[in-house]
Amino acid sequence: MNAAAPIIELAGVNKWFGKFHALKDIDLQIARGERVVVCGPSGSGKSTLIRCINRLEENQEGRIVVDGIELTEDLRSVERIRREVGMVFQQFNLFPHLTVLENVALGPQFVLHTPRRDAEASALQQLERVRIGDQAAKYPGQLSGGQQQRVAIARALCMRPKVMLFDEPTSALDPEMVKEVLDVMLELATEGMTMVVVTHEMGFARSVADRVIFMDEGRIVEQNPPREFFANPRNERTRDFLAKVLPR
Amino acid sequence: MPGTAEALAGARLPPVRRRGPWAWARANLFATVPSTIATVVFAATLARALPRIARWAVTGAVWSADYDACRQLAYRAACWGFVAEKHRLILFGRYPYPEQWRPLVGTLLVVAALGASAHPRCWRRWLVAVWAVVLPAFLVLMGGGVLGLTPVETGLWGGLPLTILLTLVGVSISIPIGVVLALARRSKLPFLRAAATLYIEMVRGVPLITVLFVASFVMPLMLPRQARIDVLTRIAAGITLFQAAYMAEVVRGGLQALPRGQHEAAASIGLSWWQTQRRVILPQALVLVIPSFVNSLLSVFMDTSLVTVVSMYDLTGALRLALGDPRWRNFFLEGYLFVGAVYFTCCFGMSRYSAWLERRLGRWISRPGTSR
Repeated sequence: MNAAAPIIELAGVNKWFGKFHALKDIDLQIARGERVVVCGPSGSGKSTLIRCINRLEENQEGRIVVDGIELTEDLRSVERIRREVGMVFQQFNLFPHLTVLENVALGPQFVLHTPRRDAEASALQQLERVRIGDQAAKYPGQLSGGQQQRVAIARALCMRPKVMLFDEPTSALDPEMVKEVLDVMLELATEGMTMVVVTHEMGFARSVADRVIFMDEGRIVEQNPPREFFANPRNERTRDFLAKVLPR
Repeated sequence: MPGTAEALAGARLPPVRRRGPWAWARANLFATVPSTIATVVFAATLARALPRIARWAVTGAVWSADYDACRQLAYRAACWGFVAEKHRLILFGRYPYPEQWRPLVGTLLVVAALGASAHPRCWRRWLVAVWAVVLPAFLVLMGGGVLGLTPVETGLWGGLPLTILLTLVGVSISIPIGVVLALARRSKLPFLRAAATLYIEMVRGVPLITVLFVASFVMPLMLPRQARIDVLTRIAAGITLFQAAYMAEVVRGGLQALPRGQHEAAASIGLSWWQTQRRVILPQALVLVIPSFVNSLLSVFMDTSLVTVVSMYDLTGALRLALGDPRWRNFFLEGYLFVGAVYFTCCFGMSRYSAWLERRLGRWISRPGTSR
């Protein structure tokens, strides 16, 4: 596969919820190793956008290609893409009946058919990477929000994905826990992971992103490298939004 | 050191709670004036009633199967002689008297296997092997016809072994069917969903007694003569298929309690639909519905008494057989107390077990009042 080809490509994607037109003519290409932050007011379609990439939502029009695999009705293409794409949710969505270690080892064990011992070894490695190896035997309900979100990141990483999607990963956290999660994401970015992050953390966007995308009413309104994006917002709606979220 | 940090933050130990029987009584029996009045009234009633009950049930009662002694009591005390005389009929129904060691041994085998199945630590492959031996052994012992055992037709099986067999089959087979029906009813495929919904709603619209009548009397008329199915098999299948509809709704309740995020998280790491159900959804949903499962278990256990309407004699039915003896028929109270005690022992055991299992399998659920 051509290394210069985009790892994610959306062309003419449209999505409706009932009659509500949630995504309008989305064209987007994301390069290997690129860090993209998606921002915009609530209801602008940013979560829907990244949820279409691994088919948690189904777009009615347009095509989506991830790492050369086109998303189709065929369940196998969906499952292949999900193996390549990790996802972190706002509400963590850990499996409460499994220990932290089992949460992380589940994917490798049953999707990649890694022997249990190896799956758990690699799970522990990922947990240590997010600095939470000492909590491996606990249940998710015994951890703080920040710890749970780091476990969720480890769970996604344990599948060795080529892309990581983050859907407002810090929005459900108490303020003092936001940093521990952002630090882990920052490290991931430094290691060269392709990341698409929906977030309101403009500091993170400024320091980590290669490109910031602003969405409103289901459209990509503006996209630019962060320096340009923050210094020179061209669209009026972008300026409005930034005025609200940026500290004065 | 967390201790030091807490000391720095001004943390203190919780206040000492008074312990001991006196403190307990003050807190629970005499806390307020109404509570004190209730306690006194209740204690006085007990003090009056208990000696009478003891005289009726224990000290004044006749314990041997002595009919004349029982008659002389003139119902002033219990005649356990009835139970002493008829206990084998009550426990084993119409099963041929000299062969009743067979249901006894068979039932003990099944109960032992149930005991082994009770602990999650034993939920391994060998347990399947255990049941693969125990169930045929039970059926061979009961049915005979091989190994020099006289054949005993299933219509004569009765009493507690019948109750246990029907409950065991009814519950253990209806749960997996119920799980499949519940998953089908939540399926995205319209045909599956409609079929499951139709089945569940139809079965729930029919009383169990009708199902038993159909299984017992109507089915043989509809099937060709060569395709004779044994009456007990038909009854067991009827109870199972009936119960499966209720189990399906119980399971569906558990499935619906889980947030959508669980499905999405499982999908996002690439688990297939089956793997998601098997590894993520069902293990949570089934633990959530243990209390309802036990409801069903207990109601099947007692609903088996309905099989008397199709001339099978479970524990309750066998008691009625025993009361058919004109000499003893007036001692029905003792008989029902005895059968009631058997039912209570079994049901109370099951419900304590389920409470334990719920705690053990649901350790991940944080409950109010438990420390994290």
